[in-house]
Amino acid sequence: MSNEVANPTRRRVLVGASLVVGAVGGVAALTPFVASWNPSAKARAAGAAVKADISKLEPGQQMIVSWRGKPVWIVRRNAAVLANLDSLNSKLADPDSFNAKQPAYVPNTPIRSLRDEVIVMIGLCTHLGCSPTYNPEVVPTAFDDNWQGGFYCPCHGSTFDLSGRVYKGKPAPTNLEIPPHFYETDTVILIGEDGGSV
Amino acid sequence: MGVGNPNRAKAESGIVRWIDDRFPLTQMWQDHMSKYYAAKNFNVWYVFGVLSLLVLVNQILTGVWLTMSYEPTAEGAFASVEYIMRDVEMGWIIRYMHSSGASAFFVVVYLHMFRGLMYGSYQKPRELIWLFGMAIYLALMAEGFFGYLLPWGQMSYWGAQVILSLAGAIPVVGEDLVQWIRGDYLISGITLNRFFSLHVIALPMVILGLVVLHILALHDVGSNNPDGIDIDQNKDENGVPVDGAAFWPYHVVKDLVAIGVFLTVFCLVIFFFPEGGGYFIEKPNYEPANSLKTPEHIAPVWYFTPYYSMLRAVTQPLLGLDAKFLGVIVMGGAIAILFVMPWLDRSPVKSMRYKGWMSRIWLAIFVVSFVILGYLGTLATTPGRTTVAQLCTVLYFSYFILMPFYTRMETTKPVPERVV
Amino acid sequence: MKKLLLLSLMMMVPMFAQAAGGPSVALDAIEVDASDHSSLQRGMKTYVNYCLGCHTAQYQRYSRAAEDLHMPESMVLDNLIFSGQKIGEQMTSAMDPKVSAKWFGAAPPDLTNEINLRGADWVYTYLRTFYADDTRPYGVNNVVFPSVGMPNVLAELQGIQSKSCGDVSKYDAHGNPVVDSTTGKAITHESCDILTVEEGSGSMTPAEFDATIYDLTNFMAYMAKPYKTDSQRIGLWAILFCLMMTALFYFLKKEFWRDIH
Repeated sequence: MSNEVANPTRRRVLVGASLVVGAVGGVAALTPFVASWNPSAKARAAGAAVKADISKLEPGQQMIVSWRGKPVWIVRRNAAVLANLDSLNSKLADPDSFNAKQPAYVPNTPIRSLRDEVIVMIGLCTHLGCSPTYNPEVVPTAFDDNWQGGFYCPCHGSTFDLSGRVYKGKPAPTNLEIPPHFYETDTVILIGEDGGSV
Repeated sequence: MGVGNPNRAKAESGIVRWIDDRFPLTQMWQDHMSKYYAAKNFNVWYVFGVLSLLVLVNQILTGVWLTMSYEPTAEGAFASVEYIMRDVEMGWIIRYMHSSGASAFFVVVYLHMFRGLMYGSYQKPRELIWLFGMAIYLALMAEGFFGYLLPWGQMSYWGAQVILSLAGAIPVVGEDLVQWIRGDYLISGITLNRFFSLHVIALPMVILGLVVLHILALHDVGSNNPDGIDIDQNKDENGVPVDGAAFWPYHVVKDLVAIGVFLTVFCLVIFFFPEGGGYFIEKPNYEPANSLKTPEHIAPVWYFTPYYSMLRAVTQPLLGLDAKFLGVIVMGGAIAILFVMPWLDRSPVKSMRYKGWMSRIWLAIFVVSFVILGYLGTLATTPGRTTVAQLCTVLYFSYFILMPFYTRMETTKPVPERVV
Repeated sequence: MKKLLLLSLMMMVPMFAQAAGGPSVALDAIEVDASDHSSLQRGMKTYVNYCLGCHTAQYQRYSRAAEDLHMPESMVLDNLIFSGQKIGEQMTSAMDPKVSAKWFGAAPPDLTNEINLRGADWVYTYLRTFYADDTRPYGVNNVVFPSVGMPNVLAELQGIQSKSCGDVSKYDAHGNPVVDSTTGKAITHESCDILTVEEGSGSMTPAEFDATIYDLTNFMAYMAKPYKTDSQRIGLWAILFCLMMTALFYFLKKEFWRDIH
């Protein structure tokens, strides 16, 4: 066996090329394994967008639909509630929802919805995921003498207004999440998709 | 620093040195790769060992991934395979890699074993390597048998039914044994669940362990070569065999070419012929298992067919034992006799290149009989085919039984000093 | 040595011919074409209208057919889903298998994998060779599947087909009738397998019906292996890559083995 390499450059080039080609082949071969972990067609079908028919939703009423295993609340608020929302701003942690998880097309205003009355939110407390109770009436409560209507989480006491905005000094860090959604028709909301330009 | 052999090879410095002080990394690298010498005249018959290793890795990787989506219940198994094929992203690729890999495993293993027969790789001092290898072969057959039930198709179910009933042929304990293996009065989800466990965990661990032992035994005595010469008899002033080449990098780069060719053919199968003409994925398996409806034609998967042929070739009872049980004995004997190869071959030379014409003729007869038996095993029996199977079975066994005689009787050719 | 090995390898060739098992009835051959999306769409329409009532295709999702066959999901929802199912759901039917087993003798099987099980030629021939038979409960029998329990749901399209005896010509490889060289007359033999459709008894002509069944078989072939087109595309690249890689490894090997003498 000879100890000197006749053409070291050729050897280096071939080794380098082989390593590169081998690595490319290796990554290509790994593709099906990585891809197979993506949600399957079954998962995508089960997690598909859900329709909510709000034609019978009365003012003050809360509708709950399930999307991807999560409760989605659809609440029709009346004019009085909408008018009151601004006055709560000083008591809220993030009144303009700058830190909230919501689609870009949902405005950073107290009303926080595509159409004024009806708001769509994910009904899970942003603290540790319990589902808050619906307390729409403006009456003194055990957790707030000056309760203006909203949601109360029984697990650790977080409170949210009727736009899902969290009060200051509560364990929950952010406002309730708003899922992608759009109005298919005036009375049917599709929850789970952005719907293009709405 | 460190326990173990203080004279072991260590790196000069760095992380590798840190490891070497605590684990014989560099020493192992030298023992098994950079200073392990194998003959420089390895031909194509020597690629099938590393290809077996590659296929083993493939089976484990794809197997792990399939287990993520497969449901080992009678109710869910078939549908879960459809789920993998259709709903899981690129699941069909992983499935086909696994099913094609199973057949590929037997192709490379049979060719690997044939190399052993040709070059006398089982002869002293390599008997233990051969025994470990035969154990791997047995474990592999069991692995394939258990795995084939998992898709829970008609062929899965009825193939298992037929093979399990062979155990039933054992006198006295047969029926109880079959029920014990099944865990039920018929092949059911209970059987499926336990076969799943054996296929996914138990046997892969056994196979991996045996492969490690097989390679350690090999590296201890060194590889054989097509001339059957001991390359350690002729070393240069540095103690390096003159007819050897270090495994790393020389045999590694040689094996890379073989791996490239194998992968090309493997891709051709996976992407264009995954069903293997009905031999890798059999048509009846596209129907879910039905214990009340037997398919027209039950055949074991192709790599078992030679032995299946032998089983069916025994049609006469003898000495109070019925033909079915005798067939099982013959079938078992056909595999068992392979174990004792090292002690049947009495030739003073290892390689077929230097053996006499009798050894060559008998090896050819063995191969042709084995292939014909395999082919017949895929077909239904007819009186004519049974006669041929019987003849081939006799020839198969004769290769072994007569070997102590013809290997000693024949005139061998002189073995060269250096490899050719 | 090599010759003997070659001989043994050659002996393996007949194995592949035998693998298929060989049908006992001559089947009409077709070439399925997964790239003909309009054929597949028509075939899906036929399936949904004539087959899905009894035969589920439970492993095929509507959404996947929409994507693979290039149909907008709204079109599939409006025209191909009659059951109120969602687009992502699988093609199931409302029929209870226990009930249908009683009606037909055996529950109509799921057909997602039927082409994998029987082959495209078999399915294509089967669907076109129902013929009138008073001895059967539903009044029809089938050439490819004798005493089948299935009624001829396509009769309204095909018309009434019956089997009769008569003289049949033999045809050569070019499709021309074989002629006796001395008399110049076509060579015929007696056959009782002649199928004739009563003219006007169905809404389609035989040619139209054959085309419809081609589309249906084509769709079923798609359902059996929806990933087939992807497989061929990926496979081509994979093989080319492997060939290139093998060539590179070969030069790498040669380079290193220059060291060995």
